[in-house]
Amino acid sequence: MNKLIQQKQLAQLISAHFKEIIRHPAVIFWGIIFPILMALGLGIAFTRQTDIIRHVAVIENNPAFTENANNELLIHAFLEKHADKIEPSGDKPHQYKITLVDEKLGNTTFLFEKTTWRHAMVLLKRGNLGIIMNEKKDRIEYHFDPLNTDAHFSYLKLSKIFGQNGVPVEENLESVHPLTIHGTRYIDFLVPGLMAMGIMMSCMWGMSYGMIDKRSKKLLRRMVATPMKKSYFLISLMTVRITMNLIESTLLFIFAWLVFHITIEGSIAGLFAIFIAGNIAFGGIAIFISCRTANTEIGNGLVNAVVMPMMVLSGVFFSYHNFPDWSIPFIQKLPLTLLADGLRSIFIEGAGYSEVFLPTAILLSIGIFFFSAGLRFFKWH
Amino acid sequence: MGTNNSKALHHPDMKKNPVIEVKNVTKSFKSVQAVKGVDFKIFKGQSVALLGPNGAGKTTLMEMIEGIQKPDKGEIFISGKKWKGNESTLHREIGLSLQETHFLERLTVFETLKLFASFYELGQQRVDEIIRIIGLQEKIRSYVVNLSGGQRQRLALGIALLNDPKILLLDEPTTGLDPNARREIWSILMDLKKHSQTSLVLTTHYMEEAEQLCERIIIIDKGRILKQGTLEQLLEEDNGDKIIEFALDESNRSIDGVSVQAGFQIQWDANRDKGVIVLNQIERQLPEFLNFLNQNNLRLRHLECRRKTLDDLFTTMTGRRLHE
Repeated sequence: MNKLIQQKQLAQLISAHFKEIIRHPAVIFWGIIFPILMALGLGIAFTRQTDIIRHVAVIENNPAFTENANNELLIHAFLEKHADKIEPSGDKPHQYKITLVDEKLGNTTFLFEKTTWRHAMVLLKRGNLGIIMNEKKDRIEYHFDPLNTDAHFSYLKLSKIFGQNGVPVEENLESVHPLTIHGTRYIDFLVPGLMAMGIMMSCMWGMSYGMIDKRSKKLLRRMVATPMKKSYFLISLMTVRITMNLIESTLLFIFAWLVFHITIEGSIAGLFAIFIAGNIAFGGIAIFISCRTANTEIGNGLVNAVVMPMMVLSGVFFSYHNFPDWSIPFIQKLPLTLLADGLRSIFIEGAGYSEVFLPTAILLSIGIFFFSAGLRFFKWH
Repeated sequence: MGTNNSKALHHPDMKKNPVIEVKNVTKSFKSVQAVKGVDFKIFKGQSVALLGPNGAGKTTLMEMIEGIQKPDKGEIFISGKKWKGNESTLHREIGLSLQETHFLERLTVFETLKLFASFYELGQQRVDEIIRIIGLQEKIRSYVVNLSGGQRQRLALGIALLNDPKILLLDEPTTGLDPNARREIWSILMDLKKHSQTSLVLTTHYMEEAEQLCERIIIIDKGRILKQGTLEQLLEEDNGDKIIEFALDESNRSIDGVSVQAGFQIQWDANRDKGVIVLNQIERQLPEFLNFLNQNNLRLRHLECRRKTLDDLFTTMTGRRLHE
């Protein structure tokens, strides 16, 4: 009988928290529509074959121009001969255009603008272009940031265009085989990352901020002045959050499946296990960081302190393997990395339950540890 | 101070154990001593007001009774039990309403009561009874966020009454409400007093509220009990002093504190632009007062004689008004 009454208490708490969430119309947008829009936007941007357009500054006040005005090796003469002229319009100055047609990899268009060195540097700093071309006697010089991979790409293409004797070198495209099969596209990498990020954000903001807000409004104080079981309050919050995350992730998957034909290559049971473990991990962390403060400003800072580093490091949008080697072992142990990598391994690598057992166990341990610590130090008043 | 003033009050249950016993309780927050050695007892069925201005220590005292704060020194017994180790039992005996509680905004009145009822293992029948008692029948499907201040306070009171508590603790139940909403809360509480043996403790800085709802009043200021007793006892002690309030044609603060030979002092309330004198022999002192005005070339615009109130008593004891 007593157990039945307690279950009724838990059921009422779950029902109340669930109603509190779904009755806010903004929840539908931020929880469901926003992740779908993000997947759609990024998916289209990185999946569809579109023309690549790059701007190039050509330095024109170089004495070499005048000295070698008739020399065909130089940039000016090359552009006059091989590029299309674009007449100035509005703010846009006189430009030259060269398009490399490529059915396999997509077209690449270079827009050349003659300008001074000073102005070229301004455009570079603003991010309007990534590479500057200059000429010295009979040589063409390329100026770009060696750490900028996009500028590097432009340099390789341009150096081929301005190949020896001004004759563009043809690329041998027969050896190029674009990978467009499922599991290798950017969208395949992105969707599991978005799911992991959604779980983290939903737990951290939904639970932490919600609890701090309830504490600051004295609702927690009022509730514990009754015979309510304290752990039921926290369990009900986590249950509702996991359910909401399950709904949101399922809708995101259905959308990605319909639009981008994403599939789950690995174990569904394993996926479910690591999904629940991820929710428990972030739910536990959320309870821990919100266990004391009643100030929403401090809560804001605490949530950001947890969320921001993982957003940057854990490879939600791009692989974390671009970070320095020494940092990778640390990054791989972050809860968001464990969850995102675990979800990806099932979605795109076809991993089974046994392969995600370890990250699942670690995430569960993290959740249980922080939940227990949070409950121990929780300030209800 | 509190001990000196804790005079015995005649109450039928006085020989029994008190439902609330506060023994020499002290509480400090950093450098501020909020409650300084307070003693009192409350018996079954009694209604007691903790009356004092803002910052008097009423809420801290109330929160210690509610088990939310722990006293630095002293002891509090509820139904003969300390809070420590008896939380579960005492939570079932107490009903409380905190100052400014916000409930879940997107739950309806009915759902909020049902949620709290589940904590006490109560069914829908009790929820329906409470809705009737607090008069929110027409609002049962309204979200809490859409209720007026008075309706929210009635809901808070309804939640406090759900478990039919032996002790009802209300912290400023009508602060910030308009007079109509205040009277609605008073009416619910007066009804409760008629039909139950619940002991009521409420904090307030409205003397009318203390007078209307409670047979016993404890006046608190700066963490200490200044005086306690029934309304009659508190006002009787001043031997039927009369209060004269007057207004002059022109504001005149310079008469504040002036002692008139006939044995009374003028207090000038700059906020209300009124002067106040307390007379114990009105027949002799009033002509003296009029004479004083005449001699000082002051013209009366208004003069009123009234009985002494708790506010006057508080002003006499502290030099400040309850609402300051």
